[in-house]
Amino acid sequence: MPSTVNSLPDAEVLFQQLGANVKSYITDNNLQQPLLIGIRSGGAWLAQRLQEELELPELGIIDISFYRDDFDERGLPIRAQGSKLPDSIEDRDIILVDDVLMSGRTIRAAMNEIFDYGRPRRINLAILLDIGGRHLPIQADIVGAKVALSANKKAKLSGPKPFSFSLENQS
Amino acid sequence: MTRHADPTQVQLTADGRLKHFLTTEGLTKSLLTEILDLADSFISTQERAVKKVPLLRGKTVVNLFFENSTRTRSTFELAAKRLSADILNLDIARSATSKGETLMDTLWNLEAMYSDMFVVRHADSGAAHFIAEQVTPGVAIINAGDGRHAHPTQAMLDMLTIRRHKGTIEGQTVAIVGDILHSRVARSQIHALKTLGAKEVRVIGPATLVPKEMAALGAKVFYDLEQGLADADVVIMLRLQKERMSDALLPSESEYFKLYGLTEAKLALAKPDAIVMHPGPINRGVEIDSAVADGQQSVILNQVSYGIAVRMAVMAMAMSGQASEQAAEKSQGETL
Repeated sequence: MPSTVNSLPDAEVLFQQLGANVKSYITDNNLQQPLLIGIRSGGAWLAQRLQEELELPELGIIDISFYRDDFDERGLPIRAQGSKLPDSIEDRDIILVDDVLMSGRTIRAAMNEIFDYGRPRRINLAILLDIGGRHLPIQADIVGAKVALSANKKAKLSGPKPFSFSLENQS
Repeated sequence: MTRHADPTQVQLTADGRLKHFLTTEGLTKSLLTEILDLADSFISTQERAVKKVPLLRGKTVVNLFFENSTRTRSTFELAAKRLSADILNLDIARSATSKGETLMDTLWNLEAMYSDMFVVRHADSGAAHFIAEQVTPGVAIINAGDGRHAHPTQAMLDMLTIRRHKGTIEGQTVAIVGDILHSRVARSQIHALKTLGAKEVRVIGPATLVPKEMAALGAKVFYDLEQGLADADVVIMLRLQKERMSDALLPSESEYFKLYGLTEAKLALAKPDAIVMHPGPINRGVEIDSAVADGQQSVILNQVSYGIAVRMAVMAMAMSGQASEQAAEKSQGETL
C-alpha cells in the first residue's frame, strides 16, 4: 500500500484505467461471455458504463440491502430497489463491479446473493478504488487504483456521469 | 398503565419509521408507498431459484391466532420463512387461553422464549394495539386482523394489486361491495385508498350491512349495485361473513346474490378494463358468480401471491424500526 493520502484521484481518469484493465483481464483469462454485475448504487453506474465501453450484451444489477450483516444495528436502508439479474447465471463468468473496496463486507453480501440466483463458474472482482482496511479475506482481481486513507476517512463516488470522488468521515 | 389514544403513534418510532404495523389509519403517503416499493422488490426475490433472503435470519416470529384463518396465517408463515426467520404457529383458540390464562400471561410466556415478533389475529377490536403497548421494547407486533377494526396487511396487498394492475392508485374509482359492516378489510382499505390518492371510494351494499359512518371516512355510500359500479376502475367484492351474522340482517343468500352478487352483466357496467378483487375465501354464487371469479378481469389469485410480498415488507420494516430504535437507545445510554 502507498503512504496515506488526504486527497483522492480523479474518478474519470480511474474509470478509463479500470476499463482498460477489465478489457485486458477478459482477454488474458479467456473469459467466455463475461457478465458484468454492478452493486447498487456506485457499482451499478460503473457496470453500466463499462458495458457500453466494452460493448457487452448483458448487464446485471445487484442490491445487497437484504443481505447486509448490520441489520441489527442499522435496519433496512431507506430505499431497497431490488436486483436485476439475467434469467440464468449458471456456469457464467461473472465480473462483480463496485466503486470502493474497504472492509469487504459488501462483496461478501453480494456473493451470497449471487449464489441464491444460481452457481456461476467464476466470480472476478473489479474495483475502481481500493482503500484498504479489510475485515475479510477478499481481494480485487482488477483495480483502477489503490490508495491508503487515514483511518477515519472513506471515499464516496458520485455519478453516473461524470464520476467524482469525495472524502468523507466514517460514520 | 397508560393507553395512547392514537394507534398511529404507537406504531412509529420517534423519527417516523414503522416499528409495529397496527393500522393503515394515519400513516403518511410516503410510508405506505415505501411498503409497496419494498413489497415489489420481494416479488422479484420470490421469482428466483432460491426464494429466501437472509434479512431476518435468527429472528423468531410467533403467529398468534386467536381466531382461525388458514390463508392469512399461512401467508404470514411463508413470508417469515422467506425472510429466513424461524416461525412458531400457535393455535391459541385451542390452547392456553381456553385453560384460563390471560392474554398478557400468554404473551409474557412467549416473550420469555425470546420471540422477536408477534403476528396477532384477534376477535376484539384493538387487541393488537393493546399488545403493542404492553410488549417489551424491541418486539414488533403485526396486526393480522382485530375484530371489526383493521386488517392492514390485507389492505396493503390490495393496494399493491391495484398498483401493479392499474399502474397507480391515484385517480382510480374503487367500488367496495358487500358486507361492509363486519369488514375490517373495508375500513383499512378506505384509509389507504384515500391516503394514496384514489379519486373516489364507493361502498355498496344493503343498508343493514353498510354503516352510515362510512361517509365520514370519505367513502360514497350506494345501496344499489348497478349505480355504484358505473365507471368503476376497481371492484372489490367482500365475503359475506355468515358466521358473524344474525338472521335479521339478510333475507337469504339467493336474494343477496340477486341484488348484490357480481355477475358478468353487472360487471359490464364498470369500465371495460376494470379489475375484480376479493380477499377470499370466496363464496361462489353468493357474492360472486363463478364466471366472474374465474374470468379475464379477476386478479383474485394474484392478490394471494402479492400478500406474501406485502407481509415480508411490513415484517422487515417493523423489525428494522425496532432495531434502529434499540440502537438509538443503546447509544444514548452510552453517552449518559
